[in-house]
Amino acid sequence: MIQAFAFYLFATLMIASGAITILARNPVHSVLWLILAFFNAAGLMVLAGAEFIAMLLVIVYVGAVAVLFLFVVMMLDIDFAELRAGFINNFPLGFVLAVVLLAELVLGVGAYRAGSLPLGVADGAGAATAGLSNTAAIGALLYSRYLFLFEAAGVILLVAMIGAIVLTHRQRSGVRGQNISKQVARRPEDATINVQPEVGKGVQL
Amino acid sequence: MTEFFMGLGLSYGWAWGISTVCGILLIALPLMLGVAMIIYADRKIWAAMALRRGPNVVGPLGLLQSFADGLKVFLQETIIPAAANKGLFLIAPIITFTVALMAWAVIPFNSGAVLANVNVGLLYVLAISSLGVYGVVIAGWSSNSKYPFFSAMRASAQMISYEVSIGFILICVVLWAGTFNLNDIVKAQQGHVWIINGFVANPLLFPMWVMFLISGMAETARAPFDLTEAESELVAGYQTEYSSMSFALYWLGEYANVLLMCALNATLFWGGWLPPLDLPILYIVPGFVWLLLKILFFFFVFSWVKATVPRYRYDQLMRLGWKVFLPVSLLFVFVISGYLMATGHFA
Repeated sequence: MIQAFAFYLFATLMIASGAITILARNPVHSVLWLILAFFNAAGLMVLAGAEFIAMLLVIVYVGAVAVLFLFVVMMLDIDFAELRAGFINNFPLGFVLAVVLLAELVLGVGAYRAGSLPLGVADGAGAATAGLSNTAAIGALLYSRYLFLFEAAGVILLVAMIGAIVLTHRQRSGVRGQNISKQVARRPEDATINVQPEVGKGVQL
Repeated sequence: MTEFFMGLGLSYGWAWGISTVCGILLIALPLMLGVAMIIYADRKIWAAMALRRGPNVVGPLGLLQSFADGLKVFLQETIIPAAANKGLFLIAPIITFTVALMAWAVIPFNSGAVLANVNVGLLYVLAISSLGVYGVVIAGWSSNSKYPFFSAMRASAQMISYEVSIGFILICVVLWAGTFNLNDIVKAQQGHVWIINGFVANPLLFPMWVMFLISGMAETARAPFDLTEAESELVAGYQTEYSSMSFALYWLGEYANVLLMCALNATLFWGGWLPPLDLPILYIVPGFVWLLLKILFFFFVFSWVKATVPRYRYDQLMRLGWKVFLPVSLLFVFVISGYLMATGHFA
């Protein structure tokens, strides 16, 4: 009973906060509602017994991606009048997108009603081993059966990261950076001298 | 505890519910009291290192100072700036405070004495601690004021940077312990090196602990990494516009987070509720006493650092996180997993 209650609570909250994400006028509010949606998705994962995925969802999306999102969105200077002015210009594109999404939904539901595709044989090959924890089961599959896909994903991310750095990196001249090892290596003898000048005579450095 | 309530003739569901609520109260109430006393201890240690007396007027030795402060802010008026985003402005301190309490659910106080003995305990701690930044960021944005906003920017960049290296450090611990469950991680440290309980005696994990301690200070925004509330440049940082209880909630949440970091240091590297040495006579002392002693020791270290080290500049903070800790911790992940593979640890 309590599982059903929790499921409907999480599911309702997730759909509602997802809807408000789109409807909210203020982009910062949108991001915060999105975070709530992520949270409820993690709750659903816990209910489904996939606690590892749930925690990763919170760590990666809520803890890192959404923070960066918020970071960018907070710095926007939002002019609501300007936002509304763009509505008519963007309306055709938005309309086309909406039609495409609606068609996909109808197609998806129709295809589902017609019967599912035989993607694999249910021989239990992908089933979790009994007595193995969630994390260990995912690790055992990820690093054996799906190793190449997993590593390929890693390489793609690495390439994307290097690409982003190369695209945004620029060499600026005349920047005075701090060289900490040079500062630490500097000794008092290199920088100071002790002299005792006679009265009436200056110091030649 | 569930069995005890079932013995009173309750059904399993009710017994579980009541015992969980009791468990939450058993952790949260002493924690709140502990936070009040730890604020006093922090001020006393700080004062002693500056050759001052510190709080010494309210109660014997000034012990009631935190309660007097609490009463003072409780009786103040809550001021909401006219230009603030009201809902978010009020929610932000609640988020900080709640998140600071939530992570304590998986900290083991004795063998099996843990509120939620989940398999992914360590990931849960990581997930919850990454939520802490929202309280600060939302406060900074919703205040609609420049200094809190700068502070929020700094906080989000700082937390993201140090979470990466903390993740790698924790992976080293998990590799050695072979589990994410905090209780099992503590058990894996029993007699780890000769008779010493704790991963810290391991020469490969000792540098990881040093980095974890420093990253922990950065993650909880304690001195020398307290750039989010650097009073010389940002007034009071994200708390600038807050008053009364909403201000006090930040205060409490911050110290609860510091205590949590101390507890994590103790649990992950110093053997948690195990005594320091694996001698039968030391097991007479209950586990939670050892854990408490370790937490207090680490809190002293945190205060000590606060009293002695000057604040980092922002670019130095970023350099330390990205150019020193990240490569070094990544290297250690390779070294430790290589060592464990070579010695047949996983076989």
